[in-house]
Amino acid sequence: MSDTPLLSVQDITKTYGARIGCTGVSFDLWPGEVMGIVGESGSGKSTLLGCMAGHLAPDSGRVVFDTRDSGPRDVLAMREPERRMLGRTDWAYVHQNPRDGLRMGVSAGGNVGERLMAVGARHYGQIREAASDWLQRVEIDTGRVDDKPRQFSGGMQQRLQIARNLVTGPRLVFMDEPTGGLDVSVQARLLDLLRGLVRQMGLSAVIVTHDLAVVRLLADRLMVMKDGRVIEQGLTDQVLDDPQHAYTQLLVSSVLQV
Amino acid sequence: MSGFNFAYLDEQTKRMIRRAILKGVAVPGYQVPFASREMPMPYGWGTGGVQVTAACLTPDDTLKVIDQGADDTTNAVSIRKFFQRTAGVAVTERTAQATIIQTRHRIPEAALTADQILVYQVPIPEPLRFLEPRETETRRMHALQDYGLMHVKLYEDIARNGAIATAYAYPVKVEGRYVMDPSPIPKFDNPKLSNSPALQLFGAGREQRIYAVPPFTQVVSLDFDDFPFEASKAPHACDLCGDPGSYLDEVITDDQGGRMFVCSDTDHCTTRQAVGHRGRLSPQEAAQ
Repeated sequence: MSDTPLLSVQDITKTYGARIGCTGVSFDLWPGEVMGIVGESGSGKSTLLGCMAGHLAPDSGRVVFDTRDSGPRDVLAMREPERRMLGRTDWAYVHQNPRDGLRMGVSAGGNVGERLMAVGARHYGQIREAASDWLQRVEIDTGRVDDKPRQFSGGMQQRLQIARNLVTGPRLVFMDEPTGGLDVSVQARLLDLLRGLVRQMGLSAVIVTHDLAVVRLLADRLMVMKDGRVIEQGLTDQVLDDPQHAYTQLLVSSVLQV
Repeated sequence: MSGFNFAYLDEQTKRMIRRAILKGVAVPGYQVPFASREMPMPYGWGTGGVQVTAACLTPDDTLKVIDQGADDTTNAVSIRKFFQRTAGVAVTERTAQATIIQTRHRIPEAALTADQILVYQVPIPEPLRFLEPRETETRRMHALQDYGLMHVKLYEDIARNGAIATAYAYPVKVEGRYVMDPSPIPKFDNPKLSNSPALQLFGAGREQRIYAVPPFTQVVSLDFDDFPFEASKAPHACDLCGDPGSYLDEVITDDQGGRMFVCSDTDHCTTRQAVGHRGRLSPQEAAQ
């Protein structure tokens, strides 16, 4: 493993007026590592993810990413074109609702090909081939390459969104509740697929979720947030099996056992 | 003519429009916002083009107005009359004699010269509009040259139709920088946009935008490496003047499936007929 973290988040604070979104959050993410962030609704998970991915401007703090060309750089200080370029090459962002991450009026192939075309691919045959290849990898029948996402089921839409994000071979994936709104059997397949892709491509990922089962399966490390602060972090199994903080204990004991 | 300033608009308004035009010329393909005025005609009838023409007209100019290639259809006739009344300028149907040509959806077949200005009427100036509905976002995309989405549209065309089916308002890139909507001209006319000696101005009245392609500016139609741009037209010759190379209108002549193809550019067609060219359906007495 290399000795520079892929992503280094330093003291991120974001407030909404007098209210705290998240405050004083710092962590390092190493190449190939999956970090889970859990907490109840309103605990600042999504704010933190938005700040890291450049969708929100934090009030203070730094997000240092180890770029391919020029080494570690503060993403927040980058110029907009550079950040956009990063956003469609080395980074990926999987939205909770596939409708936010997909173009619903554009065919599945066009959706997957968009990032390729945005970085300059101009050969229709090759774009289409890459799109079909990725549909296969996320277990969507390649015969549906020309169908619109609105003709897909919820689980397929989410898989399509993942294909669309991973087609440029990113190194860092942000996921906001990737399994939210799916029924459990579809969730299980999606998790299986994600786990396979993450291991196979050596991706680093930050996964925000309130579902402890998701982090148990996917995440190497876990951060628990409450009221905008990180209250506990450590290896996933360690945090889930031996929670130290009262809130984490509550969280772990709240999971329904079947 | 009393009660009107020359060419209908007051001088301050014309100044404002000329400023927008100059800025447009300085930044080829960039959409310059301007304070579009109410004109005595409905939106969609060329209010943008009329304002640009009014700002460019001088008393010595000769005006030609084209509507879908023709000089004698409603839109062309009424705009020509409008400037005859409000500016008293000379008008013509001959492309070669005109100094300012206001056009709706065509570029004349005859080559333009450095002494001419071509003014386009534009309904929707934003080429990214139907791909990205937010104006704030499309402006940012132009600023950052974030044009991947334009190719997604062409990709969709090929995926659905097997070829780039966009036949008009075909997106172009101006001087390697801005992606521009050339107004709804057929893609047959796209190559004529590039390296034209004439100044080309685009006015969108409702959307309040002016943009320009200065003379001798490179204009490239977007395409894919394996699906190159093709300037298409109906595979026929004109039935009246016999020209195999001009852009054609298809005219249904009866309910038995009869049809004829005629030049969309009426001036081009009549000029050719006047020097003796004949087509398949030319009147008998003329073809003796």
